[in-house]
Amino acid sequence: MSEPAVTAESGLVPYPGAQAPARRRFVNSGGLRIAVHEWGDEKAPPLLLAHGGFDFSRTYDVFAPLLAAGGFRIVSWDQRGHGDSEHAALYTWDADVRDALMVLDTVTCEPIPVIGHSKGGSLLTHLADACPHRVSKLVNIDGLPSRARHPDVAEHERSRLLAKELAGWLDHRRGVANAERKPGTMDELARRRGRMNPRLSHEWLLYLVAAGAQHDADGWRWKLDPSMRFGGFGPWRPEWTLLRLPGLPVPMLGFLASASEPMGWDTTEEILSPHLPPDAEIHTLPDTGHFIHIERPREVVERVLRFLA
Amino acid sequence: MIVSLRHGRVTLALHGLRPDAAGRALLLLHGRGLRAPAAVPKRVAAWPGPIWALDFTGHGASSVPRGGGYSVEILMADADAALAHLVSATLLGNGLGAYVALLLAGARPQQVRGAVLCDGPGLAGGGPRPVTPTVVGPIGALEAAPDPFALIELARDVRPPDYATSFVRQACQLSELERPISVCAIERPDWLAAVVEEPGAAVTTLTEALAHYACVPA
Repeated sequence: MSEPAVTAESGLVPYPGAQAPARRRFVNSGGLRIAVHEWGDEKAPPLLLAHGGFDFSRTYDVFAPLLAAGGFRIVSWDQRGHGDSEHAALYTWDADVRDALMVLDTVTCEPIPVIGHSKGGSLLTHLADACPHRVSKLVNIDGLPSRARHPDVAEHERSRLLAKELAGWLDHRRGVANAERKPGTMDELARRRGRMNPRLSHEWLLYLVAAGAQHDADGWRWKLDPSMRFGGFGPWRPEWTLLRLPGLPVPMLGFLASASEPMGWDTTEEILSPHLPPDAEIHTLPDTGHFIHIERPREVVERVLRFLA
Repeated sequence: MIVSLRHGRVTLALHGLRPDAAGRALLLLHGRGLRAPAAVPKRVAAWPGPIWALDFTGHGASSVPRGGGYSVEILMADADAALAHLVSATLLGNGLGAYVALLLAGARPQQVRGAVLCDGPGLAGGGPRPVTPTVVGPIGALEAAPDPFALIELARDVRPPDYATSFVRQACQLSELERPISVCAIERPDWLAAVVEEPGAAVTTLTEALAHYACVPA
């Protein structure tokens, strides 16, 4: 496969092999504007691609063109509040899955392969379970559930742990109407992101700033909705996602990271194996962090294309 | 009298049904698909202090956001915006509002001086564990309250009993009230059946519960 040196849309930062999407459009999801990005021949068989939490479609600027070169029309979308999609008043898992289906409805009614990274992998696993008639094959890149729990602490300590999380979240909600992202130079934004993505090169993170941030009068800001926040709480348990796997009605290829890092899920084959459906393949890549497709784009694409063949 | 409160991109309507009385406020939280009452309901008229009622996001006179995405946790933050305005309050929730009142009693144990949980639409939610997943939508952008996304999504939220009881325990430990939760509801979905077994929750009548919390010091 060729490796053209194409610059980011803003023209500020080149990165080897990166290509801006060939087509961009918007989809209306219940009144909310969702940005859709496509790579590859419009008449080629479609494939749906979902990014992870706090990412955006253009984090696929290297991975998606390689997949497209394998003979696919790659359709990705910015999840609500991410990238070029509208900032919403409300965010939930169900709303994200609905947005995904609204995008898919504009592409085809036939079942097609879907690929997701991290939260995107988990979203598409949910979609395959809820709408099995829309998905032909599922590729999940380090978005498979683990059974991580809080450390085993005494009950009164556990209460205070929850209290701190809850009060912190409610305090955040009280200020959210006036929240805005901190401005900075491109270099500062790249370094801030580097703290959560320590295995990715500074050059790549600079490229992401050019693609995923906006240039305001006082500096660059990530487009990501400032009302969104890491962590959180709620009734959901990781076991419930594990329970979805055994009956998954489509062939699945899962990639797992082997190096632990801040954004990673720390899922292992050992955790997953009792829950896997009969047709599942799991590949754990050596010395690879959570962003498997960014660290090893060619190797992941080769394995994906073999799986889809 | 209506006070407009900002919660993120939503404008909430907080109705002062009896805004000027002295003492601690009683905050009414409505059930699924409903809105604040227009006047002080007879059943709470004996409350000695001010009485307020909140319209949740997408309900009553509060704004209707585009694209849905409702959760009971965000409704808890709606109620917390009202609590920030009132400083402290006793909560009275019906149905869905009862569950929200329980969550906020655990999350703001110093500011919530008792939560009274009563029957009403949406008490059971989506049950104690996940059911067959479905995707809701599309629903036309009606922009009228109650938001159809709210009606559907707030009937699907999973309410595990041990999640509900963790809020009771937290209210108990951190509020310094002997019984931060009073249960008047007759319907007992799994989460509420577990709540009434907790030491900090009392099964009682609405009249007794209001009289009890009216005497609780600030």
